[in-house]
Amino acid sequence: MDNSKTFWLPEKASTFVDIVDPAFDLFLWISIFFFGLIIILVTVFTVKYLRRRPNQLATAQITHNLTLELGWTIIPLIIVMGLFFLGMKGFLHMRVAPSGYMQVNVKAQKWSWSFEYPSGAVNDTLVVPVNTPVKLAMTSRDVLHSFYIAAFRTKADVVPNRWHALWFQATRTGIFPVQCTQYCGTNHSYMLTAVKVVEPEAYQEWLATASDPGKGKTPAEFGAILYQKRGCNACHTIDGSKAVGPSWKGIFGKQETTNVGMVSVDEAYLHESMMTPTAKVVTGFQPVMPTFQGVLSDREVAALVEFIKTLK
Amino acid sequence: MIAHVHHENINYLKASKGLKNWLITVDHKRIGMMYLASILFFFIAGGTFAGLFRFELWSPLKNFLTPDQYNQFFTLHGVIMVFLVVVPGIPAALGNFILPIQIGAKDLAFPKLNLTSLYLYWIGAAIALYSIVAGHADQGWTMYAPYSLSRNPAVLYMMIAAFILGFSSILTGLNFIVTMHNMRAPGMTWYRMPLFLWAMYATGIMQIFATPVLAITLILLLLENFFGIGIFDPALGGDPLLMQHFFWFYSHPAVYIIVVPGFGIASEIIAAFSKKDIFGYRFVAYSSVAIAIIGFVVWGHHMFVAGQSELADSIFSFLTFFTAVPSAIKVFNWTATLYKGSIDLKTPMLYALQFLFNFTIGGLTGIILAILSVDIHLHDTYFVVSHFHYVAMGSTMIAFIGGIHYWWPKMTGKMYNEKVGQIAAVLVFIGFNTTFFIQLIMGSQGSPRRYYHYQDQFQIHHQVSTIGFVILATGLFMALFNLIASFFNGSVAPANPWGAKTLEWQTDSPPPLYNFKETPVVTHGPYAFETEKA
Repeated sequence: MDNSKTFWLPEKASTFVDIVDPAFDLFLWISIFFFGLIIILVTVFTVKYLRRRPNQLATAQITHNLTLELGWTIIPLIIVMGLFFLGMKGFLHMRVAPSGYMQVNVKAQKWSWSFEYPSGAVNDTLVVPVNTPVKLAMTSRDVLHSFYIAAFRTKADVVPNRWHALWFQATRTGIFPVQCTQYCGTNHSYMLTAVKVVEPEAYQEWLATASDPGKGKTPAEFGAILYQKRGCNACHTIDGSKAVGPSWKGIFGKQETTNVGMVSVDEAYLHESMMTPTAKVVTGFQPVMPTFQGVLSDREVAALVEFIKTLK
Repeated sequence: MIAHVHHENINYLKASKGLKNWLITVDHKRIGMMYLASILFFFIAGGTFAGLFRFELWSPLKNFLTPDQYNQFFTLHGVIMVFLVVVPGIPAALGNFILPIQIGAKDLAFPKLNLTSLYLYWIGAAIALYSIVAGHADQGWTMYAPYSLSRNPAVLYMMIAAFILGFSSILTGLNFIVTMHNMRAPGMTWYRMPLFLWAMYATGIMQIFATPVLAITLILLLLENFFGIGIFDPALGGDPLLMQHFFWFYSHPAVYIIVVPGFGIASEIIAAFSKKDIFGYRFVAYSSVAIAIIGFVVWGHHMFVAGQSELADSIFSFLTFFTAVPSAIKVFNWTATLYKGSIDLKTPMLYALQFLFNFTIGGLTGIILAILSVDIHLHDTYFVVSHFHYVAMGSTMIAFIGGIHYWWPKMTGKMYNEKVGQIAAVLVFIGFNTTFFIQLIMGSQGSPRRYYHYQDQFQIHHQVSTIGFVILATGLFMALFNLIASFFNGSVAPANPWGAKTLEWQTDSPPPLYNFKETPVVTHGPYAFETEKA
């Protein structure tokens, strides 16, 4: 099977391709037929009945033709009703996960994704086994986002205070982009990640490592991993350049001006900034960071603090 | 008395002089002209913002705008174009001017109310612009919660602006409906009304019934803001999807408020420039009304991936397909009208034909978006952006521009340069389709909308689109300068330069203050053209 993209549709990598693409192609041909028909008729009439001398009149006044008009009322009606059932049938299949699926919880926030596995593994990219139904239960920690994998032909909005689900079954291994398609502010277009589809054995191997990412590592090394996996890097750089939030480079031990006065950046302040980010906001930055209360464990917070200390 | 009678016969432009007499006028023609000038001003402003972000998108990296500026500019573009241009556009400018004359009346039923709605439009526009500029609003014209709520007070001001603009819209709609019921000239039966008026009637119904929902939304927002009652904001226990329902319950009918007047203009121009009675007049008239009614029950099709129930999704999809039928009927009827006509490709007709071309694409791409399974893939991509522009710009604005050219001799008493007008129309056609057709492909390939930074593979699409924009802008400015130039060097327009049959062409160009020297008596339909003798 040819999985590469076509003129109209992107590369193919899930079972939904067999639902969406044929429906798209069918309607594309219906469109070409009707559009072609209209354009040919308009062109032929315009050329044939073009006014060639001033004050030339029409050669006939035909006010109506009931048969013709009923025809072009009823035929489109039949076609669109067919399209409705075709679309609904595919849609219900795409919205209802089959039994035996594997679940991953998804948390979206400005402007990163977090994928939580039942084993406790947390990752910033989605890793799934091939040919296995995967259900994503998704919620947002701040505003609306939308989870979209073009190659899988699937998408669903991610809503705060709600769990909205989608499912898919990848048909081949590879790495495919995941994009946010619901406008969410400044870095909406940078809210990208990837879904990595791997063989089941590779998935089990990955899951074992990912479930205990701190194993055999120093706290600072673990913190460096968390910096990526928890999406801190979406807003904080480690090279000193300014982003949505202050850079972490050289921040530890520094005196910072905040909205409640001077603070010194120590363990307590860093801990507070992760749990209650809007308590003391460094001047020049917006209070947009969501809380990580209940998201980061004490061990993880400590690891991040150790990591920040190393960024001299 | 004699002086008074004489005064009435002077054309409306010369009836009184000075800015003050324009600002306190209750003449529907002057009010229409002031609306026209205001709307064209905002059209240029909205287009300028579109141009700025189109050039930013020349490459996926930063060119000259920051992400925040990009977001503010697409918000400015959307808000201005939707609320200040295409929604009020045709009814407020051309409807105001033409409607009373087409039914043989002296003015609208409530002339002072008409002036009030113009002032409400100006006030609403001022507040909208203030809120966006002062509040750095970047929430997009759709204002989805809870992101938009974090941009307060910008969103609150914007809702107040929309509320005031909504009142302007309601008053115009009401005025039109009452006028059409009560002020038709002797012999002007409903089925002798030009199709532009049927379109205005259908639009009026939608304006009156859909717009109050904006007011309800505003009240709920105020309750949430000042009393902390959780309605839309999840932080207060509210439901952001509810705001989407409210928004689209107004804004979907608004899409038909946008496009139905375009149908009306297309019917007038196609009849006049093929010297034919519109084929299937009643089907065309009824289909405007049908679209107005069905338009109220399809708002949920904007929310197929938002998280409403599968049952609701299915019902909304089912209902949405019914809007395709009256749209298809119109396209077939216009095409059939050309058959055996005497077709003259003057500037207005070139716009009417490109309206037909663009609306067919806009309609067909709308049908594919109604197919539930396919919409999951296409939702919130450039495919939707393109579909919407094929309707709002390619159909409505093109019909609007065609209508301005068609009625220009009547409104100003001047003829514009025909050749320049035709060249501009061709440039607009090429420019528009170059800008937006490629966006259909970009969208179905999976490029999301409102993206400052995009995947490299879409650079070529964006560049083609930007080049299209340049051609489109060139055509539009050429058309604008051609019209303005007619004030200085245009020849004097005869009463009926196109040989059309509707009533507005049976009075002087420009019309006298009270439109007709004597009340016209109507004895036939609006498109009673003769036939060549065999």
